[in-house]
Amino acid sequence: MPVLFLAVLLVGVQLAATASGRAYYLTQLIMAAYYSIVVLGLCLVMGYCGQVSMGHGAFFAIGGYTSAILTTTNIAAARDSAWGHALQKAGILFSWQDPYGSQVLAVSPGAAFAAALLLTLVVALLIGYPALRLKGHYLAMATLGFGLIVYRLLLGSSFTGAADGINGVPGWALTSHLTLTSSNTYRVGNYYFAWGVTLVILTLLLNLVHSRVGRALRSIHDGELAANAMGINTAGFKLQAFVISALLAAAAGSFFTHYTGGIGPSEAGAMKSVRYLVLVAAGGMGNLWGGLIVSAILTFLSLRGCFGTYDHAVFGVILIAIISLAPEGPLKPIGLWIRGAFRALIPSRRSCHGAV
Amino acid sequence: MVLFEAENIRQCFGGLVALDKVTFEVRTGQIKAIIGPNGAGKTTLFNIISGIFRPDEGCLRFDGAPIDGLKPYQVARLGISRTFQNLSLFLRMTVLENVMIGRHCRTRKGMIASALRLPGQWKEEKAIRQNALAHLSELGLADVADRPASSLSFGQRRMVELARALATEPRLLLLDEPASGLNTKETDDLARRIQKIRDTGVTILLVEHDMSLVMDISDDILVLHYGTPIAEGPPSRVRNDPEVVKVYLGGEDVNA
Repeated sequence: MPVLFLAVLLVGVQLAATASGRAYYLTQLIMAAYYSIVVLGLCLVMGYCGQVSMGHGAFFAIGGYTSAILTTTNIAAARDSAWGHALQKAGILFSWQDPYGSQVLAVSPGAAFAAALLLTLVVALLIGYPALRLKGHYLAMATLGFGLIVYRLLLGSSFTGAADGINGVPGWALTSHLTLTSSNTYRVGNYYFAWGVTLVILTLLLNLVHSRVGRALRSIHDGELAANAMGINTAGFKLQAFVISALLAAAAGSFFTHYTGGIGPSEAGAMKSVRYLVLVAAGGMGNLWGGLIVSAILTFLSLRGCFGTYDHAVFGVILIAIISLAPEGPLKPIGLWIRGAFRALIPSRRSCHGAV
Repeated sequence: MVLFEAENIRQCFGGLVALDKVTFEVRTGQIKAIIGPNGAGKTTLFNIISGIFRPDEGCLRFDGAPIDGLKPYQVARLGISRTFQNLSLFLRMTVLENVMIGRHCRTRKGMIASALRLPGQWKEEKAIRQNALAHLSELGLADVADRPASSLSFGQRRMVELARALATEPRLLLLDEPASGLNTKETDDLARRIQKIRDTGVTILLVEHDMSLVMDISDDILVLHYGTPIAEGPPSRVRNDPEVVKVYLGGEDVNA
């Protein structure tokens, strides 16, 4: 129900932005949606499972860079070969025209997306498996190191474009009416795609946390030893949650890169990863709705440049304020108030705990 | 019939020998108690049985099959459940959710079924809820089902732990000092409760300091002293065992 309400609100925002001649706001809202997907995934790991990841910026970057590299690397040799034709027919390779007018034969966005997810799966398992078998904050350490390594590798490698990153990434033509690209023609379509994906992920994660699996994750957060003694494979669930959230971050990075047409090394920076963490905390930790709303609003304001040169500082201040003033997030009291109002209007429906 | 056997268990923490040469068995349908002064290694033994520690030496068999080396969750799945001495409820969850966790190892819907609400998921969820509620009602906790676990009194929390352990459908239930912190009336109720659980076919292994409870309900008692067994047998025999009287009861009558 509340998801429908949010969907209606998003339609309203689009209509208002277009009608008032401020359609350019949609661009930042699209980017905010992709960043919010990372926050939703991290919320599952941190808020429900109690495991801190400091490397989600790196997973976002792995998704984005894999898509960028594969779709921009010209495999001209394949153009006239039989296998090249076959792969093109199968949709694994595609031909596109770069801004200078030359034809590029490269991996198609769909295939690159699949490759990005596969790579992320492998990397997340490699980091998560050893770190999550142990109790405590080993995941935070491992992912912090991992994030720094990815950032340095991106910055130092020529095939990732070093400090410039990769530009001129082609759009991803999903249908004849929708291409993930920054062109104004497709802006409204991109807005609905980005937020549609975000709402689907929100719904799936809400289902997940209000289920047997969600209970298991929360019990790990509350007492790992007791959870294990009650028959829960704690290491297995922690790893599953971590891998899912890494895959969500990578998917978001891939969409984002096609939409903006490029990606830079700062996406993998420690500041970015910390920012996701702050947004999860600011949303109330184990609160998917809170994380999404806070993330959408703050990321949008940040992208609009509202915090100016104090951008990073603002997020730092928010983190300190949340921890000291409202550890459960600022949305909890507001949510309780709204729920109270709802109850007063619609008497005694079954309670939907957690859906604040 | 022997349900559980421990053979020659030895466990050291650094230079400290917590358990040594511990051998005993629990027969199906018994209430067996493990007693001994503080530091005798009782809780360590429970942690070994439930897979939290792996013993340095010795082996454990449940229903004839070796279980040493298994992880706690695997031991729970086999049918050995436990309560904790210092209570470890999930305090941010409701009482009902705590008991629903107990159903985890008897249910199976995973990430994908849950996220997509696949058919059958809702049915299983409902069954989990009903089973957990039944366990709560059985222990007289139905009216606090939706309260946060952290809001309960100590005695109630003990009962929720018991309900959670029973929800895993154990064949062997380990109770770690279930009467500590309870008053006389509550302890009496607990004794009847434990007997009732045994009558439903659950074998019980109990660590307890309350001697009147132990002597009242146990079929068999194992006495540990500094990590080694010094006596074993029915209450009447253990009570009069000169060794036990000397090292553990300090020469006093146990009923005093």
